[in-house]
Amino acid sequence: MARTISLLRRSHPEKVGLRQWQAWEHGNMSGTEFFQQLINGVSLGAFYALIALGYTMVYGVLRFINFAHGDVFMIGAFAGYWLTPKLMPHFPGAWMPVGVCVVLLTAMALCAGLGIVIEKLAYRPLRSRPKLTVLITAIGVSLLLEYGGQYLFGPDPKSFPDLITDSALEGTGALTITRSQIIAVGVTAALLAALSFIVKRTKLGLAMRALSNNPTAAALMGVNLDTVISFTFGLGSALAGAAGILWAISNPSIDPLMGILPGIKAFVAAVLGGIGNLPGAAVGAVLIGVVETFVGGSSFSSYRDAIAFSVLIIILLFRPAGLLGKAQVEKV
Amino acid sequence: MPKPKLPSILLLFLCAALVSAGPAAAQDISVGEYASLTGSEATFGINSDNGVELAADEINNSGGLLGGRKVKVVVEDDQSKPGQPSAAVKKLINSDKVIAVIGEIASSRSLEAAPICQEAKVPMLSPGSTNPTVTEKGDYIFRVCFIDPFQGTVMAKFALDTLHAKKVAVLSDVTSDYSKGLSQFFTEYYKKNGGQIVIERSYSGSGKDKDFRAQLTAIKAAQPDAIFVPGYYTEAGLIGKQARILGLKVPLLGGDGWDSPKLAEIAGNSLDGCYFSTHFSAADTAPKVQDFVKKYQAKYKTMPDGMAPLGYDAMMILADAIKQAGTTDGGKVRDILAKVKDYDAVTGKITIDANRNATKSAVVLRVDGKDNKFVASVAP
Amino acid sequence: MSRYLRSKKVWLLLAVLGSALLSRFSGAINEYYLQVIIFVGINITLAVSLNLINGYTGQFSLGHAGFMAVGAYTASIVTLGVPLPLVTYPEPSAALFARLLGALVLAFDHAVNAVLWVANSGVAAVHGLPLVLQFVVALVAGGILAALTGLLVGVPSLRLRGDYLAIVTLGFGEIIRVVIQNTDAIGGARGYSGIPNYTTFFWAYAVAAATIYIVVSLIDSTYGRGFLTVRDDEVAAEAMGVDTTKYKVVAFVLGAFFAGIGGGLYAHTTTYINPAGFDFQRSIEIVIIVILGGMGSTPGVAFAAVLLTVLAEYLRFVAGYTFLPTWLRQLAANRTIIYALVLIALMLLRPQGLFGGLRAFGASATRKVPKAA
Repeated sequence: MARTISLLRRSHPEKVGLRQWQAWEHGNMSGTEFFQQLINGVSLGAFYALIALGYTMVYGVLRFINFAHGDVFMIGAFAGYWLTPKLMPHFPGAWMPVGVCVVLLTAMALCAGLGIVIEKLAYRPLRSRPKLTVLITAIGVSLLLEYGGQYLFGPDPKSFPDLITDSALEGTGALTITRSQIIAVGVTAALLAALSFIVKRTKLGLAMRALSNNPTAAALMGVNLDTVISFTFGLGSALAGAAGILWAISNPSIDPLMGILPGIKAFVAAVLGGIGNLPGAAVGAVLIGVVETFVGGSSFSSYRDAIAFSVLIIILLFRPAGLLGKAQVEKV
Repeated sequence: MPKPKLPSILLLFLCAALVSAGPAAAQDISVGEYASLTGSEATFGINSDNGVELAADEINNSGGLLGGRKVKVVVEDDQSKPGQPSAAVKKLINSDKVIAVIGEIASSRSLEAAPICQEAKVPMLSPGSTNPTVTEKGDYIFRVCFIDPFQGTVMAKFALDTLHAKKVAVLSDVTSDYSKGLSQFFTEYYKKNGGQIVIERSYSGSGKDKDFRAQLTAIKAAQPDAIFVPGYYTEAGLIGKQARILGLKVPLLGGDGWDSPKLAEIAGNSLDGCYFSTHFSAADTAPKVQDFVKKYQAKYKTMPDGMAPLGYDAMMILADAIKQAGTTDGGKVRDILAKVKDYDAVTGKITIDANRNATKSAVVLRVDGKDNKFVASVAP
Repeated sequence: MSRYLRSKKVWLLLAVLGSALLSRFSGAINEYYLQVIIFVGINITLAVSLNLINGYTGQFSLGHAGFMAVGAYTASIVTLGVPLPLVTYPEPSAALFARLLGALVLAFDHAVNAVLWVANSGVAAVHGLPLVLQFVVALVAGGILAALTGLLVGVPSLRLRGDYLAIVTLGFGEIIRVVIQNTDAIGGARGYSGIPNYTTFFWAYAVAAATIYIVVSLIDSTYGRGFLTVRDDEVAAEAMGVDTTKYKVVAFVLGAFFAGIGGGLYAHTTTYINPAGFDFQRSIEIVIIVILGGMGSTPGVAFAAVLLTVLAEYLRFVAGYTFLPTWLRQLAANRTIIYALVLIALMLLRPQGLFGGLRAFGASATRKVPKAA
């Protein structure tokens, strides 16, 4: 079979035209290429997952789409851009990994602070209002961060400094696995575990779940809503900040509008997995990352922007509450 | 219901706008410019605007036009969004009473504004819209850059004759008319002359996609001799970097969209030995070019990209036409513009042809660290 | 007299006559202001139609720009009258799998070409008509196609609620944009240019008036109360025997129809359209108008359309005010920042929207919703 296919490919070298249907031929892709794309896809998904986790946490507690989340991701990347040249010289040689952690944690702290401030100033006064009102404020905050960023940092792309030199690992044969990909997958897995621990095993997590279930009852039981919501926003924003830096290490060109698309994709991932569900967000993100990568590598690459949405629509048709979400019965 | 205070305040401001929006002082010559100063393509708009402003300053410092009248550039931002140029250009023409319009870099936005300028009989000079259809909108529409068919052919010829590349992969930006046009004309010439396009893939440009590994992995499997990447430097730098990490060692080829100091900044040394065609070389020893680079650096503290000299040339050619016409009358300025021949601009000797396109040579540069080395100059 | 003023039909007639009359003087005003005034009219149509979906029916749609795109492209294809090129059939391939798929693709291509042939013949027939009729046919065709798209989006989305619906409609809008971007026959990423400039003051405002009239009459009718029940309490509505599914679909189809017409008007005033102009950010702009105007208040939404459209253009002038300090002018030149600040401030100060609570025209402003449907 493989031989026939390779013959076919040679005899029709320029068939990648308008109709593009040859792409569906089996065996158009070698094993190496397949696994390489899988690696690419999973690591792309890991980035989406980091952003999606923040989305889904905020949604779980407040039930509203924090449109500005993708822009906090952008601020995280810019924080890394400013902090690296200031902090890294203090960590020469073997201390480098410590320096990287310091930069990452400082940027995460900055983003957490930003998230808490945004919630306090823009969302808290509207908490008793319909969610759509808050959504418009969130869109306003998002535009403010994007275009304020263009005003302050300039709209041109900035080259992200070599916080970690991104290079391919040795000994993987024909496959290319880079350091940043390993780090992204590792960090995402670790943070997912940590978050699950916080939500399921700690007192604050219990409060978060209570709040998510029924805010009024939770408040009556002595849960301090403001603290829990602030904490959730801080945590979600810190995740977005971490994602921003990791993303920038992997794709070292940052600009103030860089958060829009990953933000939307991550939101799609969160909905796909069942919004409010942490493992769901991760599963959804990896699924989107992999499908997007395979389409990007196929001759349908010009439709890549629409793929995440097509997957979402198809899956929601069959599972209206997302992959791992529970369908909620509306109470009368 | 409380009284809506805000609307009444806004109404007051609107009245202020109507009053203050009168034409500029009779002394000044108003030239309009619409550019993407904010939004996804702001970096190109700002650079071309810098070029325009630099030229206007220079004209004004050397005594202005038509007996000491100063040039006043009225800039409108189109936010890199379709739908904006039409309002912006109508404002420039009807409220600011500009005598000519400069803009845009993106052909899609020039295409929106061109019919308006044509109908109002106000000459429009595009600094960087390379799509052939732009100047087809009417006899008042000009450009100072070359067009996609020329540039695409230059790079296809270069790939065939100089690089001896028999198989090329094309990776273009699906959201950009510029990128699609360039790859179309590259492909046409390249195939006709015996080359083979082994694979075509695309991405979403203007800052949307940052991860090109999927496309590059597929391209790697097709084993091309070179990859044609007709996009902007915002993406080309990252594409170069990711291609090298994936073990793609073949040269990448590009067009004038690559021309920016940002390219090497983002790509590091991963694009070394790659080639692109553009309008001018900042390393060119010609006094005109060196003079421009020096002045630009003095004013903006940064190196010009490929759009800046085009904005500069557009303003200078327009000023020259006004001077020769001896009037700001749109029709007369248009007639002079149509006859521009061998104008010695920063981006080469410009002649406006019968289709109101600039014919001039392109240069091919090789990326080499932070500098670009001059390889060849290709006459039309 | 006052009895007549309470009749919505009289208001509609007055509005249409008024716009016809005013349109005769549109040559006298600055073309730039005219353009902005026409944009205002189109935005009223778009926002009022979205208000039917988002405000009255309580469904959260973020895909209005997609419907607008369908209308804009359809109407432009009709008025331009350039036949669409037929699809070329693929060459047969040797491999078995490819051959099977090839047969399917071939069948699909034949179907596409049949549709294209009908469309092209239709367009050719329309071109025998006088220009005014051509334009009307173009707008209505755009509206109908957009309505069909609305049906396509509405039906599968019915099981979804709230944010799930929002992201799915956003997705549909983006898919429409990507498909247009990949269709070279209508310009692809280069855009579609050379569209005749037919949208006058009259068309922009007559359509806006008609949209307002239809939406208000519909909501005020006995049938229309169903939309409100879907919004207020879907479970209770269903228990009362209201066919919520039907209401949602009708809202989507009708909203999309007017969005399509709005798109057609838009295309015929800018004379150039580009898929990038119909991305989700355009949808968000319309949603902002609806929420700022006060969801479910037609006059409020119409006024917000005026306010926001004029504000966005007005900021162009602020940058030119020499009496302002330089930093402020520079900030104002970045219009989106000011726009965002105004948005946040307005929402914090008047979370119910500028005119939230204000109801439709005439008698309905005081009429109470009947207790039982």
